[in-house]
Amino acid sequence: MEKKSVWKKITGSREASLVIVLIVLCIIVEILNPTFLSPTNIGQIFRNNALTMIMALGMLCILLTGGIDISITSILAFSGMSVGMLLKYDILHNTFLLFLIAAAIGLVAGGLNGLIISKGKVTPIICTMGFMYIWRGLAYVMSNSAWASGEDVAGFSDFGKDGSIGPYVLLVLVYMIFFVMMKWSKFGRKIYAVGSNAEAARISGINVDRILTSAYAIMGLLAGICGALSVAIYASAQPNMQYGKEMDVIAACVIGGVSMSGGRGTVVGTFFGALIMAIIAKALPLVGIDSIAQNTVKGVIILAVVLLNVITQRVMDKQNLERREM
Amino acid sequence: MKKKVLSVLLALTMTAGLLVGCGSSTETKTDTAKEETTEETTEAPAKEETTEKKADEKTDDTASADGIAGKTFAIVVKSAGNPYNQKEAEGFQQIIEANGGTCIIKEPEAATADAQVSVIQSLISQGVDSISIAANDENALQSALQEAMDAGIKVSCLDSKVNKDSRSTFVNQAGTQEIGQALMDAVYDITGGSGQWAVLSATSQATNQNAWIDAMKSIMTEDKYKDLELVEVAYGDDEPQKSTDQTQALLSKYPELKVICAPTTVGISAAAKVLQDQKSTVKLTGLGLPSEMAEYIGDDDAHSCPYMFLWNPIELGNLGAYTAMALVQGDITGAVGDTFEAGDMANSPYTLTDAGDGGSEIILGAPFKFDPSNIAEWKDVY
Repeated sequence: MEKKSVWKKITGSREASLVIVLIVLCIIVEILNPTFLSPTNIGQIFRNNALTMIMALGMLCILLTGGIDISITSILAFSGMSVGMLLKYDILHNTFLLFLIAAAIGLVAGGLNGLIISKGKVTPIICTMGFMYIWRGLAYVMSNSAWASGEDVAGFSDFGKDGSIGPYVLLVLVYMIFFVMMKWSKFGRKIYAVGSNAEAARISGINVDRILTSAYAIMGLLAGICGALSVAIYASAQPNMQYGKEMDVIAACVIGGVSMSGGRGTVVGTFFGALIMAIIAKALPLVGIDSIAQNTVKGVIILAVVLLNVITQRVMDKQNLERREM
Repeated sequence: MKKKVLSVLLALTMTAGLLVGCGSSTETKTDTAKEETTEETTEAPAKEETTEKKADEKTDDTASADGIAGKTFAIVVKSAGNPYNQKEAEGFQQIIEANGGTCIIKEPEAATADAQVSVIQSLISQGVDSISIAANDENALQSALQEAMDAGIKVSCLDSKVNKDSRSTFVNQAGTQEIGQALMDAVYDITGGSGQWAVLSATSQATNQNAWIDAMKSIMTEDKYKDLELVEVAYGDDEPQKSTDQTQALLSKYPELKVICAPTTVGISAAAKVLQDQKSTVKLTGLGLPSEMAEYIGDDDAHSCPYMFLWNPIELGNLGAYTAMALVQGDITGAVGDTFEAGDMANSPYTLTDAGDGGSEIILGAPFKFDPSNIAEWKDVY
């Protein structure tokens, strides 16, 4: 009986199975390369993947509503290029204000996504695909294909420099806010309600359109902040930055147990999902897998973890069913 | 149940999409990177030939100057508002005007083939004698340029080529062999002649980078470099994030590493930042934009990159001008093996070699070295 309850505990929570995956991954990598779990390396994992980890939270909100947003890295590029250009042409050098501007740009871009999806009834993937091209294109247009480079962004980039605590503080702050918001705030619960059953939510008096718009606006806000953060961390603003990385963000959510059909997913799960993606990114070059094979291995790991997730979920559902029958 | 099956399916499609996405994103990246960093992108010759210089075919210098006066030479750069292009055009203008010719500089507003086509057409109706073009597209300019050639205008390209049917010859800023040699010597110099070094490249299928790395590998077989050990070729996919990961991985995997060589502008600046932030003793060299790299170039321990290379756009413009003049005067026709004088340029006389696409090319020479003494002057240029 005792044995069963431990088993139940482990299988009873998707987060727990993610932690196990995480530990197994870490042990394997640590055996292959003992430098992996050094403090500097762990610091680098968080710093270098802060963008994916932060944006995964926004993606969580959107996936919860049953939508998807593939315009995020384009919004990131546009806000990042805006910051880069402001710095390059000596218009503004205040780190806080630059982050604020980037966040505002993101908020507007995300809000537009939300309005078109909720009011215009455009499918999320189509709407955000359009904006994916628009924002990315505008990033090129604005900068005239040029970069804002190391020296242009000097000073601002101190925020994201190796050794600066800036990115970590931001990361912790955003995760704390989201943890509280999604678990206890009215708004957070409404997102779950809309995602589980939009019709029921509407009948119970929730303004579904407003929730949808807000979810996309929040995603945009985070993408905008990440634009500035990216410039700070990599000391470079390029119109093609983070190209294609929206898939990593979605993958982080899916690994973290967020359902693509809406209504199911947690901040903690997302955190672990993003962390697993971060560890994969960090570990693959470390363990001596041939560069050209790394993407394949990455895909295999993602699939394996997702499959494990699905199996855990099935066991969980079965247990719940059994309990009810009892 | 239905919902669950659907979600599993979606998850699977997603991951599959991710895999596909990973593959294709890198491909598209090469394209965008190519567009952006046109200055560093050469349509690298697949084949590199060391040709014998036929000095006997050299033409008479005194006759040259006379043939130039009164002639009009046009240069069409990729786009306006790019300091690299401006330097290229300046270099071109300088030589043409010093030789008594008239120079027209055309800068299309956008870096597109369309914009260049209309510029070419207006040049044809102006009746210029020569067009030198840094092409925005290899094939799209063909009909416009052929029209120009039919009208008796000598067409050559520089910096970035058009296909062989659209040009007489191509002024290539960087020969594969020259770049390989320069980088290899830099690695040799910075390591002190022995020790471990690694390459941080762009994508694994990037034509230019692969050609340069292969050139380095073949040069490395020479006895002089026998104490150097190339431990790994890492690929940062020209993304700052991945390049950062790869650089950090190189550092922790090879504690004895002395030098990283990054023959790509994104890779070198990402690596430079990692090394400098970590105050690493590992040094860096490669190919980079001076404006991107100014902060990291220095001889002391506080800077991660002692020196790096790229080509000099002014010299490229100069050589473009000499080539255009040689074509107009009939000194060269664009055939492989033709030779011409290029004033007091370092590698003069130049010989046309096989470009590997059926046409000919002229290679500018070894890449230009950016070190602490000249970086301040170049960082504002491009």
